[in-house]
Amino acid sequence: MALTGVEIFKLLPKTNCKKCGQPTCLAFAMKLAQRQVSLDQCPDVSEEAKQKLGEASAPPIRPVSLGAGAKAVKMGEEMVLFRHEKKFVNPCAFAVEIKDTLSAADAARKIEEAAASEIDRVGQKLRVDALFLSNDSGDAAKFLELAKLAAARAPEMPVIVSTTSPDAAEASLGQFAGKKAVLYGANAGNLQAMAEKAKAAKATLGIAAKDIDELCELTEKAKALGIEDMVLDSGARSAGEILRDNTYIRRAALKKNFKPLGYPVITFANRPGDTLLEALVAGLAVEKYASIVVLGTAEKWKNLALFSLRQNIYTDPQVPMQVQQKIYKIGEPGPKAPFMITTNFSLTYFIVSGEVENSKVPCRLAVMDSEGLSVLTAWAAGKFTASKIAQFITESGVEGELEQKELIIPGYVAILSGAIEDKLAGWKITVGPREANGIPAFLKARAV
Amino acid sequence: MPFTPPKDSFSGKIFEVGIGRGEKAVTIGGENVMPFHGFEGSAPGKPAVAFEVQDIPPDDWPDTVKEVFKDVSGDPVTWASYCQDSLGADAIALRLAGTHPDRGDISAEQAAETVKKVLDAVKVPLIILGSNHAEKDTAVLVRAAEAAKGTNSVIGKAQEANYKTIAAAAMANGLKLIAMSELDINLSKQLNILITQMGFDKEKLITDPMCSALSYGLEYTYSVMERIKQAALAQNDAVLQPPMLADVGMYVWKVKETQAAEADLPEWGELAGRGIAWEAVTASSFLISGAELLIMRHPAAVSAVKKFIAEFSMEVR
Ligand code: B12
Ligand code: SF4
Repeated sequence: MALTGVEIFKLLPKTNCKKCGQPTCLAFAMKLAQRQVSLDQCPDVSEEAKQKLGEASAPPIRPVSLGAGAKAVKMGEEMVLFRHEKKFVNPCAFAVEIKDTLSAADAARKIEEAAASEIDRVGQKLRVDALFLSNDSGDAAKFLELAKLAAARAPEMPVIVSTTSPDAAEASLGQFAGKKAVLYGANAGNLQAMAEKAKAAKATLGIAAKDIDELCELTEKAKALGIEDMVLDSGARSAGEILRDNTYIRRAALKKNFKPLGYPVITFANRPGDTLLEALVAGLAVEKYASIVVLGTAEKWKNLALFSLRQNIYTDPQVPMQVQQKIYKIGEPGPKAPFMITTNFSLTYFIVSGEVENSKVPCRLAVMDSEGLSVLTAWAAGKFTASKIAQFITESGVEGELEQKELIIPGYVAILSGAIEDKLAGWKITVGPREANGIPAFLKARAV
Repeated sequence: MPFTPPKDSFSGKIFEVGIGRGEKAVTIGGENVMPFHGFEGSAPGKPAVAFEVQDIPPDDWPDTVKEVFKDVSGDPVTWASYCQDSLGADAIALRLAGTHPDRGDISAEQAAETVKKVLDAVKVPLIILGSNHAEKDTAVLVRAAEAAKGTNSVIGKAQEANYKTIAAAAMANGLKLIAMSELDINLSKQLNILITQMGFDKEKLITDPMCSALSYGLEYTYSVMERIKQAALAQNDAVLQPPMLADVGMYVWKVKETQAAEADLPEWGELAGRGIAWEAVTASSFLISGAELLIMRHPAAVSAVKKFIAEFSMEVR
């Protein structure tokens, strides 16, 4: 269990020397208990205390990086079981499996497909994050070829090297020096040798157990062998097994501070020949606690669905996703183009801008900061009021771009039109349709 | 260190609600654990998936899903029979879309006729839905309820604005009732309380906390469902113990991702697969967050969701 502030205080020097930046040792202890400071900020703490506190103050799920550099993915550090309690921290990585039994051309095509998967969505860049290279052939030479291909074609992409052969592991890991790869495939039969290879290559060790009991045994042994960074596979494959094991693992780590399971989880969703079912199982993995989700294929439409789901599940329940306040141009609006306003809730923005695009009528769309609330919610919360709208429009300077000063407001806030007209001298306020799907017809009717 | 699975057990239990009659009747709910957590408690019922059928041709559905039904969707009876006989529907959800004042304003009497005909033609349970026009629904659903008297069908949706009439009609005709509120656990609880205060049996309710589509508010529905389920189980809050509905199809098949051509957005990939995945991923996510009853449109999405459900009782390793 995590230590309380008072328990931590007992282990500190109690000199109140303030070198940690806190007024007293007790204050420091309290902050430490809430994980707001880190132990190394106290220079005088004893070795014994360090050891005891290090264990207790470490996050319940160890932070581990997948890959290095710009495309590295952070894993672990989760603090809750349900997203409404607190934001899920580190969005899981999607890894697509490339087998070394594929022809070089097919493997290259798959690697490039994954590397080119990036899309922009609600202002975030989303992509297939990693390659899962698997030594299906059992042949070390073939596996090395695949590793070389991946290193050449997708040099920045994080890699998971999957084999049960320590020799094949060593050769392939050689292609990813300094890249913080994962070596997946450590089991009861090869643990020691695999641990050595992972250590030598500074790779994370992926434990492949047959059930949770064995998983605990193996992580403890690996730890005794000096391995710090691990990812866990309990052997779960069906949806039911994944839900059960991932739930047990997350609960054990968070509620019991059970160290042998305090690592990120890797979940296998591959469903050869049934890519749609694979999407659903991957969705379960996104929702239920995987840090790496292994996929068999990466079709664009499937990626889009999974990226969107991950984005939904990992948004902060207290802070809605927002877009930047500004006047967006859709198409190439001239001085006569319609000018509309909405709020900066990303959902609202995307629906409205999507419909404006559908209409094919070039427009200016003013997106006002309303702390990420929808039109009606923002209005009810006093964040989308006549005076705020007037101020925003005036300060934006958009007036100079327009031939006539006309502002179209959402139909749901028709009630604001008079008040805005009062505050925006010389402007005409037009009430648009209530639902965004009425926008195309509305704009087209105006255009004639 | 030996591993002891950290199991959760709860004092509360979701009501078991039976719908329909005869051999094809379906029971949902009954679990005393979070969704699919049969490993730490009991989860007797399997979620059911209803196919959506409309009283008027689905002109507003995108091609991907409209095409599938093009030979049957001209007539609700043919359409419903097709879903039952050829697609293996657990249930049929008949949406009386044509009663909406903007979509034909079909009369309550005529709608009730349609309900009767469909009931005569199919054996699987029927879910009767209005057009979501609070005022018109009161008239339509009262007549529809009379037409469905004694069939143990489901009727809805009762909302804050019209629950009194609709709940009374459901009660008088022995039907199960869907109560819908807007994405808020307290509103949902409030509506269930109001309905039960009229003397309506809480064990005959189905809660619709309001659905949404992937990328269009899914996270709100997802979390409201999880919170309702937790309150029902952990706090043993009886008002929140009815099973939940996710009315997936109507939210999914209107978003851009299920309609935009690949030619316009090549980075989104193939349209048909994308639309089907949008519906299936949305639906399966709500199963994980707590829905026991789904209303869906595309057969390929339904069949994927069914396979997904089956995987929860499968050991593969
Ligand atoms: C989810 C939700 C919330 C979430 C916030 C979500 C968010 N990021 O905004 C939470 C739970 C935090 C919330 C809180 C509150 N909410 Co609230 N909320 C909702 C709910 C269920 C959905 C809102 C939503 O996401 N809509 C989807 C977006 C896309 O809709 P939209 O922004 O309006 O955009 C649409 C149209 O307006 C149009 N449109 C948008 N821009 C433009 C521009 C132009 C030019 C045109 C033509 C059209 C157009 O297109 C869009 C699609 O059709 C609604 C009920 C409902 N069904 O609407 C209530 C609702 C908006 N909330 C309401 C209220 C009162 C509140 C609270 C004050 C109290 C409460 N009841 O909880 C608080 C205030 C928050 C605060 N900080 O103080 C009321 C508002 C009542 C009213 N008529 O004034 C509603 C209607 C619920 C109700 N019936 O009571 N809420
Ligand atoms: S630096 Fe260490 S000893 Fe000094 S006040 Fe802070 S906690 Fe106490």
